[in-house]
Amino acid sequence: MSATTPSLLKRITPQLIILAVVLGLNVLVFPDFFDVSFRNGRIFGNLVDVFNRGAPVALLCIGMTLVIATKGIDLSVGAVMAIAGATAASLVTEGHGWGTALIGALATGLLCGLWNGVLVAVLRIQPIVATLVLMVAGRGIAQLITEGTILTFNNEGLIRLGAGTVLGIPTPIVIWLALGTLATLAVRRTALGMLIEAIGVNEASSRLAGINSRVLLICVYLASGLCAALAGVIVAADIKGADANNAGLWLELDAILAVVIGGNSLLGGRFSIVASLIGALIIQSVNSVILLSGMPPEFNLVIKALLILAILVIQSPKIGHLIYMLRASGPESLPERPKPAPSKAPGDSTS
Amino acid sequence: MIRSTHLPLMVTLATFVLAYALCAAQYPAMLSTRVVANLLTDNAFLGIVAVGMTFVILSGGIDLSVGSVIAFTGVFLAVVLRDTSMHPLTAFALVLAITTGFGAAMGATIHYLEMPPFIVTLAGMFLARGAAYVLSTDSVPITHEFYDTLQDIYWKAPGGGRFRLIGGLMILTFIAGALIAHRTRFGQNVYGLGGGAQTARLMGVPLASTTVGIYAISGGLAGLSGIVFSLYTSAGYSLATVGVELDAIAAVVIGGTLLSGGYGFVAGTFFGILIMGLIQTYIVFDGTLSSWWTKIVIGALLFAFILLQKGLTWATTTRRKRATGSAQPS
Repeated sequence: MSATTPSLLKRITPQLIILAVVLGLNVLVFPDFFDVSFRNGRIFGNLVDVFNRGAPVALLCIGMTLVIATKGIDLSVGAVMAIAGATAASLVTEGHGWGTALIGALATGLLCGLWNGVLVAVLRIQPIVATLVLMVAGRGIAQLITEGTILTFNNEGLIRLGAGTVLGIPTPIVIWLALGTLATLAVRRTALGMLIEAIGVNEASSRLAGINSRVLLICVYLASGLCAALAGVIVAADIKGADANNAGLWLELDAILAVVIGGNSLLGGRFSIVASLIGALIIQSVNSVILLSGMPPEFNLVIKALLILAILVIQSPKIGHLIYMLRASGPESLPERPKPAPSKAPGDSTS
Repeated sequence: MIRSTHLPLMVTLATFVLAYALCAAQYPAMLSTRVVANLLTDNAFLGIVAVGMTFVILSGGIDLSVGSVIAFTGVFLAVVLRDTSMHPLTAFALVLAITTGFGAAMGATIHYLEMPPFIVTLAGMFLARGAAYVLSTDSVPITHEFYDTLQDIYWKAPGGGRFRLIGGLMILTFIAGALIAHRTRFGQNVYGLGGGAQTARLMGVPLASTTVGIYAISGGLAGLSGIVFSLYTSAGYSLATVGVELDAIAAVVIGGTLLSGGYGFVAGTFFGILIMGLIQTYIVFDGTLSSWWTKIVIGALLFAFILLQKGLTWATTTRRKRATGSAQPS
């Protein structure tokens, strides 16, 4: 398994370069960016904040990566976050313990995932449409649970999930790092990842090859629902309340963006959870640059849009082909020259 | 036997008539021209943008940027009318040119860079919303006498209903959209593209100009919708119309258009809009139901119509298989 490490490093190099550039910008606008101090039993610092605030998107993009690898998409994760947060909050306010609330919220997330999975895998509805149903109806359901109010709670255990620490590290960071490691191990140390990729490349042939694509597809959407529920609980715990209207609003787009920045194709196939997680960190670092530089937050969306466009252009098959043609027509090119993989030089053009 | 090609449209129409009849049975006041007029006025901006969305979805694409474009249009108009002495009509023309160009640029990106429409229009959504924020984060009121003139144009029907200009504009847009979709070469190309880019190319459909044209129409209609929305609210606010793209997509699907493209009717979208408006009206009439029921009912309707489409597609493929007598691998 030692051979996989260099290839992984090679795979995530473009993302690491972008992250380094964005973090460098952070240092430019705020020289003490990398300062990390240890006070009152927890670590503080801007870098820690990037990891902490990026937790919901990081969690979402773990599930989203798997879904996108099967050529699907899950638009409902934001709504599932709202439902899960509402469930946890309502269970706690009814006097249940935080454990019950967490399990209840995760179970709701799994239920939502099952719904999406059945629509996609059994009823064969296009993923974008199937998950749109829950995206539209989900916030209504969440409001039904909270009865239209912002449900606040004071349960120490639940709040600790969002604002507490484990060994001085904020809990959200621990959760997403743990879940990310777990998911990566699950898909890479077993054949699971390869099977998921096979479905994404060509579902019909994967089924002919003996893959139970139906069950796997449902599992992938279950995973996405679970990640979304966890993110929803963290967001609710962070603000000590469940806001059915605004919890996780547009986070599905951020999660998809993180996956795309991570170099995963929306057309399914090869994927890397690690790269997606770095993508989530890149998004959060961009937010941090905008905040720290004192630029009006209005520019946040414009910059984000330009960033997506730049990354998309680099990853576009046409541009990859063009670069290939340019290199091939170069004077010292050899016929045996290995075909350059697309999206190899994002460093200078995105910064 | 009912032709299966028209069945979804018929189902949409039947749903609307049935729903209206049920509402009217419970609240006879629903039949008044006031309710009908308000149904048109309140949903005018959504209807106009849904026409553009119908074209996009017919071609097998999706446009997530429209809600942001509407907000941008509103803010742009408000800021321009506040800060310059430009006449609103000039401003309208300017903003329509901007939004149409914006849509065309997205279409060109989708076609020439071979990128999925979903992600390109997502970037467009961020860009347009961001541009609106940059112009102004506050709600900017529009006070121009020309706006008052436009808002005062209405036809008072017997029974007190006021059919306003923007409702009429929506109906005109629908008629124009239906004519373009069903009676022009461009419309046929849109359907062809929705049937599959490969087949469309073999049939001689100019892919580049059609794709660019479709998204230009969607962008332009989003701009028109933004103008209507600014007439409706007399203000421009960068946080307005969040999520309208979803409502528009839902209306198109409820209207019987296949989300995979190639099949559907502009007229169906009109009834999709009316059904969604009716749900809201019913909730207002009822008074005890909370507004979040709108979302749940629309979600349920969306689901029902998707299932219907699925069932129809399945039925046609099995029939075709039986007719050709071969079980082709799907």
